[in-house]
Amino acid sequence: MITGAKEKGLYLGVDIGSSSSKAVVINQSGIICGEGIVNLGTGSKGPQISVEKALEQAGIKRADIKKCVVTGYGRLLYEGADKQITEISCHAKGVKFLWPTASTIIDIGGQDAKVIRVSPNGIVENFVMNEKCAAGTGRFLEVMARVLDCKIGALSGLAARGTPGVVISNTCTVFAESEVISQLASGKSLEDVALGAHKSIAQRIAGLCNRIGIADSVVMTGGVALNLNVVTAIETEIRHPIIRLADPQAMGALGAAIYAKEMDEENNTNR
Amino acid sequence: MEHQKTSKQLLGELLDKHYADALQAKADGKPVAWSTSIAPQELLETMGIHVVYPENHAAAIGARKHAQEFINHSEGKGYSVDICSYARVNLAYMDIQQCEAANIPLPDLIFCCNNICNTVIKWYENIARELNVPMIFFDLPFNHAYEVSDQNVRYIKAQILEAIIRLEEITGQKFDYDRFGEVMRISSETSLWWKNASLLACAKPSPLNGFELFNYMATIVCMRGTKEGLELFKLWHDELKEKSERGIGPWKDAEEKYRVMWDGIACWPYLGDTYKVLKKYGINMVTSTYPDSWYIVYDENDLDGMARAYSSNYVNRNLDFGTDNIVNIVKDFRLDGIIYHSNRSCKLMDFRQFEVQRRVEEATGVPSVIFDGDQTDPRAFSLAQFETRIQALVEMMEARKKEWGVS
Ligand code: SF4
Repeated sequence: MITGAKEKGLYLGVDIGSSSSKAVVINQSGIICGEGIVNLGTGSKGPQISVEKALEQAGIKRADIKKCVVTGYGRLLYEGADKQITEISCHAKGVKFLWPTASTIIDIGGQDAKVIRVSPNGIVENFVMNEKCAAGTGRFLEVMARVLDCKIGALSGLAARGTPGVVISNTCTVFAESEVISQLASGKSLEDVALGAHKSIAQRIAGLCNRIGIADSVVMTGGVALNLNVVTAIETEIRHPIIRLADPQAMGALGAAIYAKEMDEENNTNR
Repeated sequence: MEHQKTSKQLLGELLDKHYADALQAKADGKPVAWSTSIAPQELLETMGIHVVYPENHAAAIGARKHAQEFINHSEGKGYSVDICSYARVNLAYMDIQQCEAANIPLPDLIFCCNNICNTVIKWYENIARELNVPMIFFDLPFNHAYEVSDQNVRYIKAQILEAIIRLEEITGQKFDYDRFGEVMRISSETSLWWKNASLLACAKPSPLNGFELFNYMATIVCMRGTKEGLELFKLWHDELKEKSERGIGPWKDAEEKYRVMWDGIACWPYLGDTYKVLKKYGINMVTSTYPDSWYIVYDENDLDGMARAYSSNYVNRNLDFGTDNIVNIVKDFRLDGIIYHSNRSCKLMDFRQFEVQRRVEEATGVPSVIFDGDQTDPRAFSLAQFETRIQALVEMMEARKKEWGVS
C-alpha cells in the first residue's frame, strides 16, 4: 500500500466530522496510499492527527501533497486546504469511485444522518438529512451504548443476541435514553433493548429513504455502518439489500481526495 | 427643487408613520384594530379605523433579535413551544407592551381571516377574550379543488357584507360605499404594482435582491389600501425597471451566479446571516412565495371578485395548485434551485412541503434543499447546518450546469 514519495501526484482529502476526523492520501490512479482515522472531531487535535497518520502511512510529507480538499462539519474552520466541499458531494464521490452502480447512499455519522441520491454519472440529484436533532445518528448510538453499559463496538453483537419486541418510540435522544432506562427497569434484557434501539434508528433512516426514493444499489457509509446489526435492521425496514464497503468511515475523505485530484487535472488541462 | 426620495427611504418613513399613526389614534380615543396579514383591510380603511398587524409586528421584533424574551414570557404562561412563534411573540407583547421595534397600541377590535392558517383563529380569539374586545372573523375555507368554487365565493361575500354591518354597529358610523369603491381600486392597484415590481426579477441578472421582498412585504401588508402604499410600489417598480434596463444586478460588489427561490417565511432572527451565506456563494434569491401572497386583485366594486381574491392565496389552495405555482415560478424566473424553509412554526406551510418538493423536482429537474428553521423562534435554526445545505445546493447546481450545460 505504501508507495513512497517518488509518486508525482499525491492528493489529500480530510473529513472533519463532529466526533471523528478522517484523512486519506491517494495517488494519481486513485489508489489509497495512506489513511488516518481518529475519534476526535472538529475543534480538537483530531484533524491534525488524522492527517499526520495518513501522511505517515503513505511515507510522505505534507509538502508532497499537490492538492488538498476538506469536507465535513469542521471544513469551514480548517486551514490549509485548497478547497472545501460538502460531505454530501464528497461521500457521493467516494462511493461512486469504489462502487460505480451506487444510486442511493445512506450515510450516518456522529450528528448527521443523510440519504443521497446519485445519478448514474455521479451527480448528486437530491439528498435529505435528519432534522436538527440527534435522532437516528451516531450520537444516538453512543448514548444507547452508555446506558447499556457496553462499548460502542460491542453494540452490534449485543443486539444480534436480542429478540425483537422492545419498542423505543421516542425519536428524541434524551427521551429515548430515559425510555431505555425504564425498559431495563421493567426487566427487559440488555440484548432486547439494544435491538429495539437499532430498530428505532432504522425506522428513522427508512423515513428519510422513503422521502427521497430508493434506487439500486444502496450503499451505506459513515461510522454507524460498522455496526452490522444496524445495517441489517435498516435492510429490513427499507426491504432492500445494502452494500457495505470495507472502509465506510473513510468515504468522505476519499471523495475529498478524488476532488483534489480532479481539481489538479482540471488546472492542468486549462493551462 | 426637493430631492426625490428613494423607495427605501419612503418605505422606512411609511412604516414609522404607520405605527405612529396607530399610537396617535389610540391616544385620541379612536378605535384601533389588530388584523391577520391577508384580511379584507378594505373595510377598515373605508371606516377610517387604524389597523396594525401582529404578524408584521412579531416579525419586526424577531428581526431585531428580541423575540426570545417574548417567547419565554408566553411559554412561561403556558403556551406550548409548538404554537406558531408569531402567536407566542404577540401574546406576550399583549402583556409586556414594550419592545425594541415600534410599539403598537392594544386593539379595540379584532379582524381575523383564516385564509393563511387555522392557528390564527384560536390566537386571535384568545386576544379578543382576554382584552374583551369584539372579533370579526372571516372563514375562508381551504380550497380542496383546484379553483376557488362559486359556492365559497358566495359564502365569503356574505361574510364581508355581514362584517360591514358589524363594523357599523361597533363604530356607530355609516359605511361609505363610495369610499369603499375607491379603497378597493387603490388596494388592487397597489397589489398589481407589488407584483409587477417583483416580476422584474425575471430579468437576468435580476435587478432585485430578493431579501428586499422581505422588507417591502411589511408595507404590502399594512399599506395596501392607501395612496402612499400605491406610490411606494410604483416608485420601487420604476427604480427596479431602470436598474434592469441598465443591466444592473442585485449587488454592487458581487455577481449573480445562481438564481433561487425561497419557499416560506424568512428566518427573521437570522435575516442577515442567511443573506450573507447566500451572497457568499453568489446565490441571489430572486423571488419567494411572497409576491403571489399579496397579489389580491379584483375590479372596483366587485365583491365577488374580492371574495375570490382573498381566498386565492396559495396557502389556501390545494396541492396541485401549490405545485403548479412553484413550477411556474421556476420557469418564469429561470431558477437554478429552490430553498425550502421547513418552518417549525408554520404547520400548514410545512405540511405538504416534502411532496411539493418531490413533484416540483420531477416536473422541472431543478435541485433543491430543505433547511430547518423558524420565522421568529431563534432556537430552531443552526447556521452551520444551513450553510452545509446551501453549499450542497451550490454543488448540485454547479454539477448540473457542467453536465448538461444548463445556464
Ligand atoms: S406563520 Fe403560519 S401558523 Fe403562524 S400565523 Fe402565519 S400562517 Fe399561521
